[in-house]
Amino acid sequence: MFGYYFDLALRSLKRNRVLTALMVLAIGLGIGASMTMITVLHVMSGDPLPGRSGQLFYPHLDPRPLDNGEDKDAASRPDPSANLSWPDASALLHAHRAQREAAMAGGNLLVRPQRQDLRPFFQNGHYVSSDFFAMFGTPFRAGAGWSRDDDDQHARVVVLNGELARKLFGQASALGQTVRLGDNDFRVVGVLDDWHPLPLFYADATGHAFGKEDGFFLPLASAIELKFDSNGNMSCWGSSSDNRNSDQCTWLQYWAQLPDATQARAYRDFLADYWRQQQAHGRFPRPVDARLYGLMAWLDHMQLVPGDVRLQLWLALGFLGVCIVNIVGLLLAKFLRRSSEVSVRRALGARRRDIFLQFGMESAVIGLAGGALGLVLAQLGLYSVRQRPDDYAQLAQMDVPMLAGTFALAVLASVLAGLLPAWRACNVAPALQLKAA
Amino acid sequence: MSLPPIVASLTRHKLTVLLLVLQVTCTFAIVCNVVFMIAGRTSQLRQPSGLAEDELVLITSVGIDASTPPLARHDEDLNALRAIAGVRAATAVDTLPFNHNDWSNGIATSSDDNRGAQRVSASAFNGTPGELATLGLHLAEGRDFLSSEYVPEDVAHGWQGISRVPTTIVTRALAEQLFPGQSALGRDIYASGKHPTRIVGIVDHLLRPSLRGAGSSEYAMLFPMLPDDNEVTYVLRTAPSERTRVLKEATAVLNRLDGSRILRSPQSFAQLRDDYFRRDHTMIGLLLAAAVGLLLVTAVGIAGLASFWVQQRRRSIGIRRAVGATRRDILHYVQLENFLIVGAGIALGAALAYGLNLQLMKHYELPQLPLYYLPLGALAIWLLGQLSVLGPALRAAAVPPVVATRSN
Repeated sequence: MFGYYFDLALRSLKRNRVLTALMVLAIGLGIGASMTMITVLHVMSGDPLPGRSGQLFYPHLDPRPLDNGEDKDAASRPDPSANLSWPDASALLHAHRAQREAAMAGGNLLVRPQRQDLRPFFQNGHYVSSDFFAMFGTPFRAGAGWSRDDDDQHARVVVLNGELARKLFGQASALGQTVRLGDNDFRVVGVLDDWHPLPLFYADATGHAFGKEDGFFLPLASAIELKFDSNGNMSCWGSSSDNRNSDQCTWLQYWAQLPDATQARAYRDFLADYWRQQQAHGRFPRPVDARLYGLMAWLDHMQLVPGDVRLQLWLALGFLGVCIVNIVGLLLAKFLRRSSEVSVRRALGARRRDIFLQFGMESAVIGLAGGALGLVLAQLGLYSVRQRPDDYAQLAQMDVPMLAGTFALAVLASVLAGLLPAWRACNVAPALQLKAA
Repeated sequence: MSLPPIVASLTRHKLTVLLLVLQVTCTFAIVCNVVFMIAGRTSQLRQPSGLAEDELVLITSVGIDASTPPLARHDEDLNALRAIAGVRAATAVDTLPFNHNDWSNGIATSSDDNRGAQRVSASAFNGTPGELATLGLHLAEGRDFLSSEYVPEDVAHGWQGISRVPTTIVTRALAEQLFPGQSALGRDIYASGKHPTRIVGIVDHLLRPSLRGAGSSEYAMLFPMLPDDNEVTYVLRTAPSERTRVLKEATAVLNRLDGSRILRSPQSFAQLRDDYFRRDHTMIGLLLAAAVGLLLVTAVGIAGLASFWVQQRRRSIGIRRAVGATRRDILHYVQLENFLIVGAGIALGAALAYGLNLQLMKHYELPQLPLYYLPLGALAIWLLGQLSVLGPALRAAAVPPVVATRSN
């Protein structure tokens, strides 16, 4: 029966070749556009540290004066309270209330290679405190991070990422070697295994969250002592002279590892206590609003997905919606025109479900063809996304779940589109239509 | 032609008509908003920066040799650059419109600002003497900086030097925001604490390094401060046709003076602008594609549905023709029917368009949809509907009366 209905469907579709082609094209375009954008959004809102992200939290403090940052373009500016000042960050570090915690800031330093065949170049990296590596579970190829003692002593040590280590030292072991960053020598204590979480959740959100990899990690305290410049947003208020050490400049990111909900609650209480304690010293004039964001909630809060990309997704879905309404209308008109044929079949003994199956098959054929076309168009769409200059563009690849998702969406869309017309068709009364015929 | 029979006939296809109305509704609402967004983005692309954009080339130099003080090297570099044939003027600056390198400060109009007074965030531009002329900024009022006004070289620059800046040149937009309805020339502003900075000039336009929303994209000011960082951008003014050659020679000259430096992104100002707006170009393309796609799909829907209906009604059309209806009557019938359906879609679509616009205003800081978009959009959709239905309508009109005498 199945094969027969399939044959019938093909015959019926062939009768209106142009219209069939247009229906397949419409559903293909709608699905292609939607899947392209869903895939882009999917890769951009992925979990950077699966299995670990549930334990990672970002504290939120706001030491600004009451009247700061409320002018009319505040919304288009980076949020100063997203970062911490160095005095606050080191107070949290020294209180040590989390299992592991680290403060950090991005930096761009001049690397002066010892190899004669390499010119000096600028490299992105991070200034971090010692817990960074254990907290994020960074994979070491050789060596390890440094200790809290090294932090306190402003040690000149560095951990290199795999790519930079290869670039500087080739196949030779980088451990124990010296790297000249800016005008200072650092001893390599560890080499990472090309660690590149996506998005780069721990970096300042105004930077390139999907772009350049970090090449080096060195102690934050050393970077502050050496007055290294930092990347990302630095917001100051009041009149502060030395802005890296000032308690009126926020520029540091801070992460804490809290294994369970009880500890997370305790840490939030600690933050609120810290806020009140600072108020007693005349700082933090704003009402206490200590918050603790989970990793995924933080990414959401910082809106790493650009507004344009979300807008494109809504546009694609709107387009798909109009296409589906279009197909429903066309199929409905087409099926109802064959009411007399249906009533003849019904009079000859076909059950409603037979009719339903017959017309459902016709919709399904259109849906499958549209889905296949949509898949091809989505690949084309993703290819064009990869040609964009945005830093997330390179990620726009379809994985197996997305591929299956595309096809499921296509079938779902067209079956939904076909259900209503098929149901209407199978409700045609046999006798009445026969008379008219 | 009277409406009641058409409406009565449409009620026989309630569901199909409803679907078509729904489709027109969505298409109308989305296309109105999409066209509005395209218009908004396009006007953003055309925003004048205030610079002589076609005559400027730029090159960023990062010194890595700590032994030479940056200010001295900038002087040497600039002298060599000015000697290149075809270079009319040269300046060293710390930032430019569209280069994202934004140094903004809160500006107040009185010194006891820390309590209550509203500060306006404005971007500061620092550069060597001659910056105004090299960039081609148009001075509407006042004067350029005097050489005596430049912050002395032995004083800390950047953030630390801001309390030493005696004078500033601001944009008209910033002047109006700070001193609404008054002349800003000669007034004092406070960028830091209690130190007054006097406004000596007003330029027509100067965009900030990164564009902001809500009319604050031109809140910019120039300071008589030399860029004292290791990283500096040299801007050369030349004839548009000479830009490529001048850029190439400038690169060679700078490398000859100091081979260890790192030169970044030698480019024309036009390229800088294109790069800044590349995403908007993509977005405009996508918006256009979406609008055209939607209109096409809707046209196909209208045409397809109409042709099914015509096939289905061949017999009744034949009967009408047999009892005296002219071809013209049949044609008008189909056209009027389409006009009614599309009209219903437009009425609902207008409401939906405003609903969508409200959402966009909330989430994407879009302005309100101007009212005139609705009649224009309605006209366009009605035209589209009439065009798509024309084929089936003509086919309907061509049905001969004799069909009435045949049974299917």
